[in-house]
Amino acid sequence: MARWTPERWRKLRVKTGFSVYYGIFLMFIYGPMFAMFVLSFQGRRGGTSFPMRGFSLYWWNKLLEPSTVGDMQGAMGRSIILALMVMVITGLFATMLAMAFRKKFFFSNVLFYTILTGLMVPGVLLSLGMAILMRQLGIPPAWYTSGLAVHVIWALPFSYLVMMAVFNRFDSSLEEAARDMGADEWTVFKEITLPLIIPGVVAAGLFGFTLSYDEFARMTLLSGAENTLPLDINASMTQRIRPTLFALGTASTLFSLLMISAFLGIYTILYRRSR
Amino acid sequence: MSKVDNIHHSGLIGSQPPAAEASARAKIAHTEEGFPTAWLITPATIWLILFLVVPLVSIIVFSFWENTAQGLVPAFSLDFYGEYFYTKGFFEPGSDRFLLPSVFIRTLGSTVYFTLVTMLLCLIVGYPIAYFLAMQVQAFKFQLALFLLCMVPFWTSYLIRAVAWLPMLGRRGLINQALIGMGIVDKPVSFLFYSEFGYTIALVQIYVVLCIGPIFFSLAKIDKAILEAATDMGATPFQIFREIIGPMSLPGVAIGMIFIFVVIMGEFATAVVVYGGKTSTAGTVILNYYGIANYPFAAVNALMLMLAMVIGIVVILRIVDIRKEL
Repeated sequence: MARWTPERWRKLRVKTGFSVYYGIFLMFIYGPMFAMFVLSFQGRRGGTSFPMRGFSLYWWNKLLEPSTVGDMQGAMGRSIILALMVMVITGLFATMLAMAFRKKFFFSNVLFYTILTGLMVPGVLLSLGMAILMRQLGIPPAWYTSGLAVHVIWALPFSYLVMMAVFNRFDSSLEEAARDMGADEWTVFKEITLPLIIPGVVAAGLFGFTLSYDEFARMTLLSGAENTLPLDINASMTQRIRPTLFALGTASTLFSLLMISAFLGIYTILYRRSR
Repeated sequence: MSKVDNIHHSGLIGSQPPAAEASARAKIAHTEEGFPTAWLITPATIWLILFLVVPLVSIIVFSFWENTAQGLVPAFSLDFYGEYFYTKGFFEPGSDRFLLPSVFIRTLGSTVYFTLVTMLLCLIVGYPIAYFLAMQVQAFKFQLALFLLCMVPFWTSYLIRAVAWLPMLGRRGLINQALIGMGIVDKPVSFLFYSEFGYTIALVQIYVVLCIGPIFFSLAKIDKAILEAATDMGATPFQIFREIIGPMSLPGVAIGMIFIFVVIMGEFATAVVVYGGKTSTAGTVILNYYGIANYPFAAVNALMLMLAMVIGIVVILRIVDIRKEL
């Protein structure tokens, strides 16, 4: 065992200091959300701040029963359906684009920057441009048309970057071997390429799912008559804030966490299998 | 061996093609493998043109149109630009608005100011976290786990995260209760929530992860042997940071700052929730004018916001040349 030199003591002190700071940081980013979780079980007569007046599921029940303001269950259903559509489309587009970018082609630079513009342009701007344009053309906006359109624009850059990273580490000699043995392009893709990239495709798709599920800014002017969940949450915030909102926030956060765990879990399983 | 390979001799069937030519031909054949590029990119390209390029271009077009009772009329009018920049009394020395920028420019200015303050705070809060992960944690497994732990809140709704500050910062929130409990104040202080303070705190909490990621990756790329060599030659930890770690992490800092800049400039939801709609950001102004059906003026505001963002990104890239440093 090494001796406790002053140098080792100093390093230990630095490390401890940073660890403590990291702990405080975690409290900073998780603390408010945790307080919200606890307060969602506030007693019937309790308010939106501590102390707890008893412990009840009253506000959670209120979340489930149909209410006069808003349509939370419907909004949640729409959000999930929309997120699933975004997941499939971005997963497909991102894979196709990343496959195309394995070779150099005419205007590939322009296309690359256009894809990334979707990430850089503020949601308000895109929402505004689409909304005015559709109004001029006389097309009514709806969450499954115009909403879907801008959600894909938002999610595509992330999924695309995931797929680019997947193909960066891709060994194309396997495909060449298959071609040399006379396989056609479709067979090569189905038998060699797809099994190898499938963890990435799933990751890219689920990435799109979470991004779409939480998206608010791009939807503000484009959802039409029916709300998605973030819009519904925003609407209920303009009224008096009640612990119901905390229950909804908790439920929504737990759902997001579930999606991330599913994403990490599926990725790990498929990644292990593909090796 | 190579000498033997390089000798050209005519074979029995005829002269053999030089090796270079053969490999060039192989490369051409290689690029023709795989699905045709056009098929792969066409669907996504059409989607991007229809739903990204066209809406953005149409904002520019609509900003010149005229707003009449019958709706938008195609025109080339600079009226709304005038309204944006000019305030009554700007050129009159006697007026109290003499040389005072218009309210829209001031809103944009305060948005930029808030964004810069938040960027600085995110850097101060986030850099040590990235440093800790990259330099102090040894095993890659732990680095990844601790990094993901920071990333998790980013995946949840930012509206919810903004609301979650109410039990902490509100009038009867935990901070106020603690302050009263410790006897620092007798009455709850109200500057915490629905205030600049609360807004800035909430923004830092929501977006700090955006700069931790890039800084962490650029710090993790630094070769530890360089740091050891510097220590062996007698450099102090501060010198090591100033001469090696700091400059080498700059690209990560720049990318992180661009992320945060872009996101907060277009931010409007947090402002409404945490700031109680008492203030306007560039984003809320755009929505307000859309709400009252003044579309060209909303478009002018949107364009100016975009312009400010492009200038900001160019300035950041001027300070740090990302491509050179990568």
